[in-house]
Amino acid sequence: MLPHEKITAAIRAASDGKRTALVPFITAGYPDPNAFIDTLSAVASVGDVVELGIPFSDPMADGMTIQRSSFKAIEDGVTLSWIFEQLARPECSVDTPLVMMSYLNPLLAYGYERLAKQAVATGVCGFIVPDLPYEESDELRNALEAQGVGLIQLVTPATPNDRLKILANASKGFLYAVTITGITGGDGGLPANLANYLDGVSAATALPVCAGFGIRAAADVSNVGRHAAGAIVGSALVEVLEQGGDPAAWLRNLRPE
Amino acid sequence: MRAEISAAEAELLLQATIKGELPDTRGRFGPFGGRYIPETLVPAFERLEQGIADHLHTDSFQNDYRRELREWVGRPTALSHAPRLSERWGTDVWLKREDLAHTGAHKINNAIGQALLAKRLGAKRVIAETGAGQHGVASAAACARLGLPCRVYMGAVDIERQAPNVDRMLRLGAEVLPVETGDKTLRAAIDEALREWVTDPDGIYYLLGSAVGAHPYPYLVRELQSVIGHEARQQIIEQAGGLPDVAFACVGGGSNAIGLFYPLVGDADIELIGVEAGGTGDGLGQNAATLATGTPGVLQGCYSIILQDEHGNVQETHSVSAGLDYSGVGPEHALFQAIGRVKYISATDSEALEALEELCELEGVLTALETAHAYAAAKKWSADNPGKRILIGNSGRGDKDMPTLTKYPARTRSYAAT
Repeated sequence: MLPHEKITAAIRAASDGKRTALVPFITAGYPDPNAFIDTLSAVASVGDVVELGIPFSDPMADGMTIQRSSFKAIEDGVTLSWIFEQLARPECSVDTPLVMMSYLNPLLAYGYERLAKQAVATGVCGFIVPDLPYEESDELRNALEAQGVGLIQLVTPATPNDRLKILANASKGFLYAVTITGITGGDGGLPANLANYLDGVSAATALPVCAGFGIRAAADVSNVGRHAAGAIVGSALVEVLEQGGDPAAWLRNLRPE
Repeated sequence: MRAEISAAEAELLLQATIKGELPDTRGRFGPFGGRYIPETLVPAFERLEQGIADHLHTDSFQNDYRRELREWVGRPTALSHAPRLSERWGTDVWLKREDLAHTGAHKINNAIGQALLAKRLGAKRVIAETGAGQHGVASAAACARLGLPCRVYMGAVDIERQAPNVDRMLRLGAEVLPVETGDKTLRAAIDEALREWVTDPDGIYYLLGSAVGAHPYPYLVRELQSVIGHEARQQIIEQAGGLPDVAFACVGGGSNAIGLFYPLVGDADIELIGVEAGGTGDGLGQNAATLATGTPGVLQGCYSIILQDEHGNVQETHSVSAGLDYSGVGPEHALFQAIGRVKYISATDSEALEALEELCELEGVLTALETAHAYAAAKKWSADNPGKRILIGNSGRGDKDMPTLTKYPARTRSYAAT
């Protein structure tokens, strides 16, 4: 199985078990780089796929929570190289497929070919790059796909239908449906027309659709779960980490009993 | 992506620039530029690109734009001969007086042009970022003029050092939002404006103030600022009897420099020199000399030269002038450096302060701290090139810098004894 197929398979396994796949997001190395492997393992014990945020100095699509975590992680010396080193350590035995969320510049600085190879070696099966629109993505996509690693596309409520089809065809692993027009960490709740939107996105692709942005509670997960295969939980989980909470326990509470 | 350009490619890219073929359809100036934005903004950028194609070069738009420039901005701005400075430096010095434009800097050329465009595109409100506050003031004034609500994002550090401009924006009816995240200067203000835009891509027009960011902004800003170079070229021929040997402009994001240089690029005999902020030293974080010391990367929507560490994190900058305090630079400047058409050098904080004082003393012009960097470099150049004719883009006036300048007592004058 190719790395990006592992992502798809993990989400499908949840769907087969009549569950909404849970995709937790953490900023790598936050709040404490020394606890990175423990935090990752805890989150991976509940999540079906784990999204790892690579800290960046200019997180333009992120709200205050993820910005704060990103700046703190940079101060603590967390870099892409450091994250790969940690993932390669023998005590890091996470089987859950990992997806990295990174702005483009850290990936560019690291080098695309080296990135794809390190990804495969450390269980990273896909990438989400919020400032890389499809039109600029060939070079990175080709480098990743040469190693079987997927570039996951995002679609939003502002995406026109013809573009939705192009993005759906290009995506690997899953298709990321942004629920709102806005940045991460909003507290405005999920939009009223969510069902129609997610149904439309699901109809455009053979891949599972995971919805993200604005998902903060069990009710949001079940709401999203009626119209998408998975729910991505970012800022709300980072807040739990910020407050020293137990991420695994918090995530378990998102699942309906 | 790659940033290297062969000599043969460089010549082709120079010719393409002169013919007006750049940026290409993908928003590239050679290897630089492009559009690196969140998916939510893609339709908004496509609408903006289409809007520019539909309006910018039509007679209807150009008539409105030129009327505003003439009747409201006060263009053409003067080209002033600087006789006493010329005598001191041993060169023939001419100043393109953008400080005389309405609101006190070149920024208004772009702000009124984009506000006219926003109106045509049906925007409900305008957002803008500002560093020195000049673009914020220009945007606030242009929006007031056209009846558009305006919100300006400004870094907390800049709010402190450019207080007079904050008050001006408020009086011109704009809302000023302090940005407390990131570096709390221009870069953070742009990030925050982009975050706001994502929340309402249909209703908001983002009035970007420099020749930076994702396509089509570097192109749009260049088109609107080129009035500087077109006027200066004609004026210097009429008033001095010929073209200059060299032209200097300060470079932060690079909007006044692109406006002055772009119409002169085809004049092969004019040397073009951009002057960045050398700050307090050569170390990372001590300056904002992006082109001199940076490396290729993607920041805030375009592939250009940026100040970054080996991990791709953008570095904070230092300059005494808020308007040059930026970790990136417009992609067309990155191209001009790569093909060798423009030379980019830097001047330090103290060189700029000294130059500002000399200009005040000899020509009665209080120039902006940003602009003073161009004077510092022009003075040095003069020492090696006596008798040559120099054109300096006097991009703005220094009234806004008084809070900063009061920290550096004037060296040439003291209060008369009482």
